[in-house]
Amino acid sequence: MTLNTLGQATPAASSARLVYHRPDVLRDRSTHYCPGCGHGIVHRLLAEVMMELDLPAHTIAVAPVGCAVFAYDYLNVDFVEAPHGRAPAVATGIRRVRPEAFVLTYQGDGDLAAIGTAEIVHAAARGERITAIFVNNGIYGMTGGQMAPTTLLGQRTTSSPSGRDAALMGYPIRITEMLAQLPGVTYAARGTVADVASIGKLKAMIKRACQVQIDGGGFALVEALSNCPVGWGMTAEESMDHLKGPVVEAFPVGVIVDRGTSAMPAADTGCPAPAHPEA
Amino acid sequence: MKSDREIGLGACQTAEELEASRRSRVLMKGNEAIAEAAVQAGCDAYFGYPITPQCELLEWMARRMLELGRVFVQAESELGAINMALGAAATGARVMVSSSSPGVSLMAEAMSYMAGSGTPMVLVNIMRAGPGLGGIGPSQSDYFQATKGHGHGDYRVPVLAPDSIGEAMELTATAFELAERYRTPVMLVADGILGQAMEPVELRFRTPERHAFDWALTGAAGRPARIIKSIDLDPEVLEKRNLALQHKYREIARHEVRWEGWQLEDAEFAIVAYGTAARVARSAIAKAREKGIKVGLFRPITLWPFPERELARLSRRLHGILTVELSSGQMVEDVRLAVEGRCPVGFHGRMGGMVPTPDEVLGALKALRARTERTRSAEHHAAPAPPPSRPLATYESSDVAPWVHERARRGGRR
Repeated sequence: MTLNTLGQATPAASSARLVYHRPDVLRDRSTHYCPGCGHGIVHRLLAEVMMELDLPAHTIAVAPVGCAVFAYDYLNVDFVEAPHGRAPAVATGIRRVRPEAFVLTYQGDGDLAAIGTAEIVHAAARGERITAIFVNNGIYGMTGGQMAPTTLLGQRTTSSPSGRDAALMGYPIRITEMLAQLPGVTYAARGTVADVASIGKLKAMIKRACQVQIDGGGFALVEALSNCPVGWGMTAEESMDHLKGPVVEAFPVGVIVDRGTSAMPAADTGCPAPAHPEA
Repeated sequence: MKSDREIGLGACQTAEELEASRRSRVLMKGNEAIAEAAVQAGCDAYFGYPITPQCELLEWMARRMLELGRVFVQAESELGAINMALGAAATGARVMVSSSSPGVSLMAEAMSYMAGSGTPMVLVNIMRAGPGLGGIGPSQSDYFQATKGHGHGDYRVPVLAPDSIGEAMELTATAFELAERYRTPVMLVADGILGQAMEPVELRFRTPERHAFDWALTGAAGRPARIIKSIDLDPEVLEKRNLALQHKYREIARHEVRWEGWQLEDAEFAIVAYGTAARVARSAIAKAREKGIKVGLFRPITLWPFPERELARLSRRLHGILTVELSSGQMVEDVRLAVEGRCPVGFHGRMGGMVPTPDEVLGALKALRARTERTRSAEHHAAPAPPPSRPLATYESSDVAPWVHERARRGGRR
């Protein structure tokens, strides 16, 4: 039996060759994300990578608070819900008692770069062997489009109605670069869902971040610059242009650090790993 | 309902057993004894953050857990620690965190999530005086926090309150049992004295039986994926989740009440106290008995579920009850709810890390007795009795311990 792109059985008589299908780990259902939102793209990339690396059966994932709170409704793996910002700490607990599991976190920018700053910094500093997917759309989408730590200067949001003013509200935070400073971070990269070529590169980054964990490396983080057409007050198409323009200008894409897994001590016991030497 | 006569030390029968018990005793600090009891109870993972007066617990675990190849992580904060515990517990591991009052406040968020999602864990609070940063002296001023919900939402957690280091060790094992039996966080609360003091204890440990959990996250190999969560945006579904929780709490209240009675057989008065306050109360009771006051001790061991039916039954034959706490009067509210005006309920407490002396408690007891005698004699002679100017069940601490206030006026130290 073959399946069409919606995962539905197609008549056996069909001579069509299936070239694009839903990865099994992605549940067959529509999402709650707004039309044009980039979360769906990131979910799909993650699902493809998980299938390619044969991860679903031993994955324990941590869902955030924010737009991706229902990630467990779309990715068919074991999931625990974390309080707002605490996913890296929750993942640490899982990692330490389940050395054999593939541990994944999925967070947005309000979750990771504001309320959860301490948790992400220290999970990275400890070199926790977890893979963190960080979707940065520069806004609090779930709560109605308020200013995030990553909101661009001048950007209007519901809580910066005249645009983000550095004198009053400070500057957007490049947290992936900050985290990349830490020797416990094996891999840190930033990609974007802005166009097809970028999506291909983003997938390669996600795959590398997962492979790092499989190979016994330390903390691996991929930031995916994404859009929020509703929160940004744009059409989906405009939001993609905005993403390619000012957003990528403020948050340069590329691999920020890849220290290689050989630099990491084995951390498969419950014992904390010793200090990691700089690669 | 269980009486807890079997709990703790002192259950020796014969002279030989007594001698064996004496010889097997070692001097242990409360924090360390609780830590070792957790290790022996099969705790798989401990997450903590330094705060006085519970640091020895963290330090003991740092050494012992790694020695045994188990998990110890010193977290970046109490938020970090309890969320690590959440993650580890979600996989079915036996997990403990510990802290002291200000740190426990930070843990309230995750406690609510764990209660909502049914994640078992043991949280030890070695209570210090507040509010705010407060001080590092012993206190019981987190009673409301522990028994009335702690974090947001409609939930309770079982709260165990030992009054000796030996009992703290036993109750540590009990805490893991309750957590896993009911899929709930459980708190063990002890004031700073119990954490810091050393007592001879018997190295008698208990390892609760392990059960396979059909909810634990282990990777969805060969089974449908599992989700541990507390969110339900559909009000009807969320109400069902809440109803299930409330059902669980009724089950806990039905089966897990623990308390101890002491010298209550002929008692006309009872002191209700837990933890270190109960230790002081015992000394006060001994002194009161010498003076012919028939008084006993009613000691809740589970602060939630509170032994309200047992106390209600007892209150029917008492002339009065004195509640003693290291607080401004928190448990006394539950005492009054249980007693429902059947007899006067007085209160004596100290705050800020101060501990009442037996003489203070005796003074408060005498004041309560005098007041109840006046009332009883008035009821005898005057018919109908005039309504009291204020309910007898609302003694202020100024009624029963005037010397405390006098001292405060003089600005002197005790």
